[in-house]
Amino acid sequence: MSGQPTYQPKNAIMKWIERRLPIGSLIYSSFVVYPTPRNLNYWWTFGGILTFLLMVQIVTGIVLAMHYTPHVDHAFNSVEHIMRDVNYGWLLRYVHANGASMFFLAAYIHMFRGMYYGSYKEPRELLWILGVILLLLMIVTGFMGYVLPWGQMSFWAATVITNLFSAIPGVGDAIVTWLWGGYAVGNPTLNRFYALHYLLPFVIAGVVGLHIWALHVVGQNNPTGIEPKSEQDTVPFTPYATIKDLFLMIVFCIVFAWFVFYMPNYLGHPDNYIPANPAVTPPHIVPEWYYLPFYAILRAIPDKLLGVLALVASIGILALLPWLDTSRVRSANYRPLYRQFFWIFVLVCIGLGWLGAKPAEGGYVIAARILTAYYFIHFLVILPLLGMFEKTKPLPNSISESILSPARAGTAS
Amino acid sequence: MTTTSAEPTRRDFLYITTGAVGAIGAAATLVPLIAQMNPDASTVAAGAPVEVDLTPIAPGQIIKVFWRGKPIFISHRTQKEIEAARAVNINTLPDPQADQDRVKKGHDQWLVVIGICTHLGCIPLAHQGDYGGWFCPCHGSQYDTSGRVRKAPAPKNLPLPPYRFLTDNKIIIGESEPGRA
Repeated sequence: MSGQPTYQPKNAIMKWIERRLPIGSLIYSSFVVYPTPRNLNYWWTFGGILTFLLMVQIVTGIVLAMHYTPHVDHAFNSVEHIMRDVNYGWLLRYVHANGASMFFLAAYIHMFRGMYYGSYKEPRELLWILGVILLLLMIVTGFMGYVLPWGQMSFWAATVITNLFSAIPGVGDAIVTWLWGGYAVGNPTLNRFYALHYLLPFVIAGVVGLHIWALHVVGQNNPTGIEPKSEQDTVPFTPYATIKDLFLMIVFCIVFAWFVFYMPNYLGHPDNYIPANPAVTPPHIVPEWYYLPFYAILRAIPDKLLGVLALVASIGILALLPWLDTSRVRSANYRPLYRQFFWIFVLVCIGLGWLGAKPAEGGYVIAARILTAYYFIHFLVILPLLGMFEKTKPLPNSISESILSPARAGTAS
Repeated sequence: MTTTSAEPTRRDFLYITTGAVGAIGAAATLVPLIAQMNPDASTVAAGAPVEVDLTPIAPGQIIKVFWRGKPIFISHRTQKEIEAARAVNINTLPDPQADQDRVKKGHDQWLVVIGICTHLGCIPLAHQGDYGGWFCPCHGSQYDTSGRVRKAPAPKNLPLPPYRFLTDNKIIIGESEPGRA
């Protein structure tokens, strides 16, 4: 926006810095006067919550690393040492473990928000793709972190997931041996997972930087899905967005704290308190809750290679979403049919998650196959066709009109 | 483009050769960075062959030993189990292989397989499932008394480790028959 005030340092030190490194004006223009659509709702606060959670994970993670020993003979005991001996170690570990769950919860809400309001559409395709890359990095980081306590679930999760690569024709087994650094999951595997688990959060932080940069180039989407047209349509980031973000962040932290203090092991699996045993696979192995929908897709396919490909495709297809959705209207508020399909899709994802925790037998397998098929049909058939046949509602002329005379915009059909 | 000389100059030659040296150097740098992740010398050394005495294994019993960090199942099969493995039409199997090809000649009662499900690496449970062999608790694959896959999602039979009989009651795992690969 042209009429936006610029940063004028008053203090002599800030003036001195500003002439040499204009970081003050970068922060001022990005997080103070940055124009945000005035109609943003609470679903838009999860980006800020995610940034906060990333910092929580990095801080608690670095502290835990000071007490943890990445060796097959000591890893399990060093985690128990953190729980029993280290001052507040129990709290730091529970915050870190539940923080991962909260991170995925917030990320999934953030993604469904983007899907509902069409936030991935032109010109925000790259912003969305950076988000898919972040999801992928989160999945890899979370998996490697889960291996570190070296319990039964850690060991067998490492075995099953690295074996996914053995499905690659020809070179699969060589790749798996290379990933393990041995003939089975062992000490070299634990060591490298620890090194990578420490590294990847900083890679995530870097990609978050790109994600925010891309966001600030194209600007935020909003519930109407139409771009701001005048200064009447926007408000400055500070105080409007910052206060709203902080408010929901604190509400979110209450939920987070409730898990940490009252049910810290609810989202974990009790078998991970049994030390890793390469001779015995637990009778019922399941991943953490946030991987369950993808795990259900893997198990739904009765062929190994195709199952792995379906798993990869279920995440990869998200990157193509900007081109699979052919509708020119962004927000589901003006897309009566898409809105229904959106909620069906949400239920299908939750259903897949529920099935991923069930044993792979009988009716569960059939249900998982139906929902897996629907997951892909949603992207490959429903979204492209909806854009062609759906009769959308008339869009308001501007964001401010949609707020000031809601009868004319959105609700009228 | 302002000027184009017909002949390559000395400078062009120097640029190209310098670039080539840089590219080869960068590629060579990747070799140690990638190779360090493969099994190291101590891991390879710990993967030496192991000897197993078969005398204590009763007919119908399956024991588990470790070789290279992998569980090896040694099954002392009963006559009934051998007959069950040989009665099936091998063309109906997902990964067709005769039971005779999965045991050493003259030692038909001894089945030695790597006890890792060929789906995603779990350890199947012995004497379970519909075929009297193994059942994988992770994703429901089933194997028969010859360790052959009978029910998906596992794509292949339980693999055979390299091994040979030293005497009738002793095998060495990790060494093939002399004269065979």
